[in-house]
Amino acid sequence: MDFGLNEQQEMMQKLARDFLTSEYTDKVLKAMVKDEKGYTPELWKKMTGMNLMGLSIPEEYGGVGDFLDLIIVLEEMGRVCFLGPYFATLVLGVPIILEAGNDEQKRKYLTGIAEGKITITLAVTESMVKYEADEIRSNAVSQGGYYILNGTKMFVPDALAADYIICAAITNGIQESQAGITLFVVDINTPGITVKPLQTIAGDKQYEVVFNNVKTSAKDILGSVNGGWLHIGKVLQRANIGRCAEMVGMAQQALKLTLDYAKERIAFGHPIGAFQSIQHRCADMLVDVDGARFATYQAAWKINQGMEASKEVAIAKAFVSQACRRVMNSAHQIHGAIGFTEDHILHYYTKRTRAYEFSFGGIDYHLERLAKLHR
Amino acid sequence: MDFAFSPEEEAFRNEVAAFLEKEVPLEYREKRLTFFDMSAQHDWIQVHRRMAGKMGEKGWLSIHWPREYSGQGVSPFYRLILREELARYHSPGYDSIGCGIVAPALLLKGNDAQKKRHLPGIASGKVMWCETLSEPNHGSDLAAIEVFAREEADCFIVNGQKIWTTNGHFADWNALIARTDREASPNYRGLTFFLLDMKTPGITVNPVVNIAGHHEFNEVFFEDVSIPKENIVGDLNKGWYVVMSLLDYERTTDTVYAIAATYLSDLAEYARENDLLNPVVERRFAELEAECEIAHLLHYRVTWMQSKGMVPNYESAMSKMYSFELHQRISEFGMEVAGPFSQLTADSDKAPMFGRIPSCYLRSFGYSLEQGTSEIDRDVIAQRGLGLPRLR
Repeated sequence: MDFGLNEQQEMMQKLARDFLTSEYTDKVLKAMVKDEKGYTPELWKKMTGMNLMGLSIPEEYGGVGDFLDLIIVLEEMGRVCFLGPYFATLVLGVPIILEAGNDEQKRKYLTGIAEGKITITLAVTESMVKYEADEIRSNAVSQGGYYILNGTKMFVPDALAADYIICAAITNGIQESQAGITLFVVDINTPGITVKPLQTIAGDKQYEVVFNNVKTSAKDILGSVNGGWLHIGKVLQRANIGRCAEMVGMAQQALKLTLDYAKERIAFGHPIGAFQSIQHRCADMLVDVDGARFATYQAAWKINQGMEASKEVAIAKAFVSQACRRVMNSAHQIHGAIGFTEDHILHYYTKRTRAYEFSFGGIDYHLERLAKLHR
Repeated sequence: MDFAFSPEEEAFRNEVAAFLEKEVPLEYREKRLTFFDMSAQHDWIQVHRRMAGKMGEKGWLSIHWPREYSGQGVSPFYRLILREELARYHSPGYDSIGCGIVAPALLLKGNDAQKKRHLPGIASGKVMWCETLSEPNHGSDLAAIEVFAREEADCFIVNGQKIWTTNGHFADWNALIARTDREASPNYRGLTFFLLDMKTPGITVNPVVNIAGHHEFNEVFFEDVSIPKENIVGDLNKGWYVVMSLLDYERTTDTVYAIAATYLSDLAEYARENDLLNPVVERRFAELEAECEIAHLLHYRVTWMQSKGMVPNYESAMSKMYSFELHQRISEFGMEVAGPFSQLTADSDKAPMFGRIPSCYLRSFGYSLEQGTSEIDRDVIAQRGLGLPRLR
């Protein structure tokens, strides 16, 4: 058993932390939340220069490192409440293409991603937001060498910043089954695709994506026809743990902001951090942050080892979500009224953790999955 | 990063499990007694001594100690595995004070003669220990204790009263902290740590029964009790430092998370068999299961630090507090699972799980008090872990 980071992970962590601390200031974050796409090509270029775009992509496609390295970087991105299509491209797009794509697709997309030239996102869930195969209504009908794609996808991350979108659709005509779902990777500018921004509390970039008679080539199928859900199931595990890593970083940062404040704010002649009522809240915040981090690392390690991780993923997402709620509540309480103002940075973290809690299944969803393992 | 046990560790776990499968009395396994309620069992001390002796013969009680003191020099994960299996098999036999606290304190702060004299007895499972720290008027504020040890030519003479002495009615030896300087400022600089033979004349042990009806702890009176000077651990008036290292260990060697997880899965089995599951109950089970995993991880982190030669600081207070409070939540939830039947005691033939539900529940009120209250743990986490200032 080893709870420590290895040399490469420590290096990745320092690299990402130093870079993001200097480049992704509170001012940048506030601007990005207002920005239409939530990222700038300049920043993307710098990140590519640091090899961040190649994380978890095999070396033969110009990549570097593994899923754990990516998790370490995502945690650092959480600390600064990072926005942009990094998560969608690396955590959602890469594993599906790597696993389901043919040689040509892998070369095109993975090399393009590692070079910082391609961004990608994934459209799975629909109006029921169940992240289950039986909710999929989008369908693709074969016509010659083409498929005609119709349907509406909800809560698609970073669709406006993405060059390509992977879409899960029914191809055997039968709803409510895993056995008839196929994955298509489509240029987001294909006629018939409409990307509508969803106005959310966090201002993170989530979209409704409508496919209206979108003509896509059979060559754009990822993996086998009717064999798509297998890959979705696996990528949902990575997606949840990726979100967990970001949330751990956010909780850690909320704790840091809170400690800084508690040490400098004077009341009744003492820093408020000297009062037990404040100290005990802070102690509980640290329990949540440490617990959340190890639950995330454990699941990430299992995924990285290629081991079965359903239980660990469910535990991590359910616990991290609950831990973040508690941490953010205490952070606000200890900050007092100043943390209740729009100018203060704290609410960006509070809102984003709530958004990510919903992302790829909330607390109930994961507790239900955990309960199912015992049935 | 590595979240798996090594093949050698897994092999040790299997060996322990096979041993316990054979040796733990059926009654203990049927009733699924836990560390916390098995002391109410009529034959507990006999079974404890028998199991301790057998594990001592195998060298398991001292397995992670250095080789020169009858250990095998393996990582503390072996101790953790042993205790996890004991929890899983509902077995007594691990003297959590002798093996868990006194031995590590001696290894750290004892002199050579003390190690040679006392470690073999603990390793063999034949000598049982208690510790006398708290007093009726001083619990969390341990530095203020009053029991006084007066220095004579060749010994110290102890007078006063201690309380909450677990296993005091069984123990052969006692780890005692007493005041040796009443003028010391700050007061913790006037404390000395002694090893005391419980057969010494002048010691009276009276039972104190807890709200679950169990007799686990005692009050202990000292009336002109003589302790030879060579039984001081550390130095005169330096006992505080021994106590602090001892408390750090006390917070790290228990496997309450494993006891809690075992109880939770027993409760789930009971609920399944009696058709008591519904979506609300199942959700609560899942939530507590997730928290059990967190408790495991927080404890494994501490053991990992020890295995690397790091000294756990706030991490052990966190692990201890989280496990104990979690067990408390599970015990409280147990009282919901079986509805009104939950209140039936072991004396009722209609009691679910041999009356274990109320026994666990009532015993659990102590979890946030023993080994330092949860409030003290949070102080430690906030001040040592987060660097928040102390109020002066």
